[in-house]
Amino acid sequence: MAEFWEFWDAYLWPTLWIIIKIVVIVMPVLLGVAYLTYAERKVIGAMHLRKGPNVVGPFGLLQPIADGLKLFLKETVIPTGANRGVFIIAPCLTFILALIGWAVIPFSEGYVLADINVGVLYLFAVSSLGVYGILMAGWASNSKYAFLGGLRSAAQMVSYEVSMGFVIITVLLCVGSLNLTDIVMAQKTVWFVIPLLPMAVIFFVSTVAETNRHPFDLPEAEAELVSGFNVEYSAMTFALFFLGEYANMILMASMTTILFLGGWLPPFDIAPFNWIPGGIWFALKVAFVLFLFLWIRATFPRYRYDQLMRLGWKVFLPISLAAVAVVAGVLVAFDLAPVQG
Amino acid sequence: MIVQALAFYMFAFITVASGVLVISARNPVHSVLFLILAFFNSAGLFILLGAEFLAFILVVVYVGAVAVLFLFVVMMLDINFVELRQGFLQYLPIGALVGLILLVELLVVLGGWHLTPEITAQASAPAPADLTNTQALGELIYTHYLYLFQGAGVVLLVAMIGAIVLTHRKRPGVRKQRIADQLARRVEDTIEVKSVETGKGI
Repeated sequence: MAEFWEFWDAYLWPTLWIIIKIVVIVMPVLLGVAYLTYAERKVIGAMHLRKGPNVVGPFGLLQPIADGLKLFLKETVIPTGANRGVFIIAPCLTFILALIGWAVIPFSEGYVLADINVGVLYLFAVSSLGVYGILMAGWASNSKYAFLGGLRSAAQMVSYEVSMGFVIITVLLCVGSLNLTDIVMAQKTVWFVIPLLPMAVIFFVSTVAETNRHPFDLPEAEAELVSGFNVEYSAMTFALFFLGEYANMILMASMTTILFLGGWLPPFDIAPFNWIPGGIWFALKVAFVLFLFLWIRATFPRYRYDQLMRLGWKVFLPISLAAVAVVAGVLVAFDLAPVQG
Repeated sequence: MIVQALAFYMFAFITVASGVLVISARNPVHSVLFLILAFFNSAGLFILLGAEFLAFILVVVYVGAVAVLFLFVVMMLDINFVELRQGFLQYLPIGALVGLILLVELLVVLGGWHLTPEITAQASAPAPADLTNTQALGELIYTHYLYLFQGAGVVLLVAMIGAIVLTHRKRPGVRKQRIADQLARRVEDTIEVKSVETGKGI
């Protein structure tokens, strides 16, 4: 019996504890995804002077649950010409990648599943892997619309990742660490959105492109590609893509919050503001960034593909590359560099 | 300890298995997907070694960018699978030779470490123990080997320019959008607002 307790203490309990923590993080994320779709329809409805969903439950609040149930009960159709294995793996991959990014997000001081040294790189790596789900879906569907959507998405995500990388480097130069908690703590005096405003704008636009959202949603441009990479998907396989896309949006909004909007820190460290717990500030900031996503969707027309590529390679890349040199130069010239070497 | 060993064997087994599948898969797209799996699991091995920076750079650069472009190209190629198989035996000897040389070199390095452990202390720039490996790597690249690093960058730049020069062609008669002209347009140049009386026309 003593051996069992030793085993329990050494292996079983830590594993179980991690699983409990994962559930505590994933459940709110999925709930957030469900209500982000509701918020999107309500916000866009208000901007179009319509009501949005208002039938299922009070104020239509049960609409996302009804949608989920509907998708769950439908039949998953796999096209005969499809490459079965890859076709099934693609949505699972998208969904899993959208969730594993949350492992390193600090919700408040100390409230983080894995406080790793290279947190930013981890997030960057996870977001750069997101393209595989779409590319695999596009190829495995064996349909020209899906394939075109997949190819567009691959080119788009690779292009915008480059400038995102450079923007992250400018933030890292000001922090001197790749740890997400350190990055937030470095913003105690001033949020990075103020000294690095152009970089924050470039980062935000790049995250919109990275998540394939309006006005950069060319991979699923419904007018030309029917619905793009997910045209052959139905029921749960489609739901996984959908959940993955929205979970990715929330993840990217959290990343913007942590890098530029001071994470869980209150705007001013004075009485009424620092009474509110950090988690609430974090949620409010994420909600604000997500509102920007929805606002953009309701406001702008879709980009043309060559303009999209031009913006990524000829505008964002040179500007962010120059910004790396400028920020590094300023930090060295005024002796502000956080790590003296 | 046992968890580490289990993790190592899992990553190592998947890496080797997917490496074999890269060359034996019939479908080239499946080959590339297995290659990506191999990259990913090697990143896992790097993490077990405590080199987390290298691990994530491997994922970001190889899996996130290089393999995407690779997959991109392979998906668009119209490959005849039967033709692809035919050259297999012809190229087998030279491929086996390259593989053998790599294996021998690896064995020499690892065997050296194993047989004489003191040789690791003679590394030209040993990693300082008190730094995180991101800092250690930065010091190595940007302090000790700055010129070699810059040289490698220049070689890559030249290769890139070479590829662009070789593939770039000017086609006559292509209408391109000049962004500067677009931005220079004013509302007065393009739109004229006229109040039209009903039934008159312009």
